[in-house]
Amino acid sequence: MSAASEIALTEHEPHVAERKAARVRRARRRRAGRTGWNIVAALVLLVMVFPVYWMISTAFKPTDEINGLEPTWIPWNPTLQHFRDAMNRPYFWDNVKNSMIIVGFSVLLAIVISFLAAVALAKYRFSGRKLFLVLVFGIQMLPAVGLIIPVYVVMAKYHLTNTLTGVILVEMTFVLPFAIWMLCGFVLGIPKDLEEAAMVDGSSRVGAFFRILLPLVAPGLVATSVFVFITVWNEFIFANVLLTDQSKQTLTLWLSYFYGTSRQTDWGGLMAGATLTAIPVVIFFLIVQRKIAFGLTAGAVKG
Amino acid sequence: MTGTTSQVPDAAGAFGSRRRRRAWDRAVRGSVPFWLILPVAVAMTAILAYPLYQLIVISFQKYGLFELIKHSGTWVGLDNYRFILHDPVFWDTLVRTIVFTVVNVALTIVFGTLIALLLVRISTFMRILLTAGLMLVWAMPPVVAVQVWYWMTNFQNGVLNYTLTQLGVGDYFQHDWYATPTSQLGMTTSLIVWGAIPFIVVAVYAGLAQVPDELVDAAEVDGARPWRVFLDVTFPILKPIFLILTSLSIVWDFGVFTQPFLLIGESHVNTSNYLMGVYLYEEGYAKSDFGRGAAISMLMLLMVAGLSFFYVRKMVRMESAS
Repeated sequence: MSAASEIALTEHEPHVAERKAARVRRARRRRAGRTGWNIVAALVLLVMVFPVYWMISTAFKPTDEINGLEPTWIPWNPTLQHFRDAMNRPYFWDNVKNSMIIVGFSVLLAIVISFLAAVALAKYRFSGRKLFLVLVFGIQMLPAVGLIIPVYVVMAKYHLTNTLTGVILVEMTFVLPFAIWMLCGFVLGIPKDLEEAAMVDGSSRVGAFFRILLPLVAPGLVATSVFVFITVWNEFIFANVLLTDQSKQTLTLWLSYFYGTSRQTDWGGLMAGATLTAIPVVIFFLIVQRKIAFGLTAGAVKG
Repeated sequence: MTGTTSQVPDAAGAFGSRRRRRAWDRAVRGSVPFWLILPVAVAMTAILAYPLYQLIVISFQKYGLFELIKHSGTWVGLDNYRFILHDPVFWDTLVRTIVFTVVNVALTIVFGTLIALLLVRISTFMRILLTAGLMLVWAMPPVVAVQVWYWMTNFQNGVLNYTLTQLGVGDYFQHDWYATPTSQLGMTTSLIVWGAIPFIVVAVYAGLAQVPDELVDAAEVDGARPWRVFLDVTFPILKPIFLILTSLSIVWDFGVFTQPFLLIGESHVNTSNYLMGVYLYEEGYAKSDFGRGAAISMLMLLMVAGLSFFYVRKMVRMESAS
């Protein structure tokens, strides 16, 4: 150690002390400011969550409380009448069934297909890889509404309009880019050493795939499935164009067509229907939200 | 002698076949990624590429209900494009959509960033609460959100009118929020911004974790105000994230359809409040004038392609770098 560095060190001492003191001061100031920020956060939370609260609470309120000029903030007299009404509306159960069929098949097809592609993208360097990436990211950007006309015309050509098969094919294809990207992130997250260790042990690449890769990406597959589930369940644009018979439609379309039986809109029934439509999505979303947030931001944060 | 002569060709043969096998293995291994992406390629060709090709063809044709049944249109050259580009409704809609997009993107990014910065400054308990609330909002299906908005803003007994009047903002008793195009689009904006904020918050908050504490501390020691710290320290580090979020938001809001179509209502959308997506749906699909609709789609997709070019290039570069 030279004299110069010793001098540098001693010169550094007061700096460090000063910094420490400043940090303590700032921490104290921050703690004081924190209460203020907490109040702001509470207000933000109130504004953001209020629409959700208002939906659920309206669904449980008796009709006269809903239609009163002064809002009832808390449903003290809860009733299940609106849920019964909503479920007894024409086509509710048909459309629940259709939604489940469409979502089920779309998830199954999309996950199998996109997982294969994700493995190709994550584990291999091949010519055309870059083009494939461009297509994946590019297609994701296309607004669905810009494609309703050709999709409708092509589906009509093959007599697939007004069929669940047609909707399944379209929904499945349009979630592929994002599913591939999300799964690719999960496959890349697996340490290469593990896979190589398995191969050194004598298993083939295929063996390594099934014994090592598949169990490790299982959480990713679940998260991506849920993401596909939610997207397809919520999808409105293509389902609205392709499914014209009410008995063939999805629950999301059922909700969008909800009108009052009388001159006045049945707000209680509408909010009960909205709650019922949102429940599966919210439950699944909250279960895997961390993983979805990871999938969504993995790319963004890496940069 | 016989032993050796018989051995030599044998060994050579074994060596040759091994080499052949190795070449074969390499070829097989090389083709694996192509087999893996084949299903995706097939699906995308059938459901995406083929319709896109059809879109281009139809945009040069007269294609109505009659042609739909016949499965072939009549060639009219550039007529559809000529009509649209001479239609003031198209230009009005384009300008309206651009203004709408700018306002929506700006509000989404600014509020999202502010809430993300807020998350850093609050107690752990409050942070968990606010994050959970944002997740709940994120999980709301757009069509559900539309119906809730419709209920909250209805003129008779909507909670918005009541609250605004009680807070003394003004007399909003029986105020009709769907009376003017500006107000209709304003309501649509509030709905879209509300729904889009959680994604921005999560992405920016994740980015904030990457900003080294020492840098912020150093800036604060030097006496920088919080605003300057954000501009000079935080923002430059988060710039790639903001670029991605902004371009994604621009493309999403430019092509938005579900929210304006359902919130304004199919019976109330008209030339005075069209956004690009609604315009295309009404003039092309709803009127079964598929040729003209296809031309509008083409113009819209070309604009979106231009907007998303930088995003796609950035994402591909990042993917290739990692």
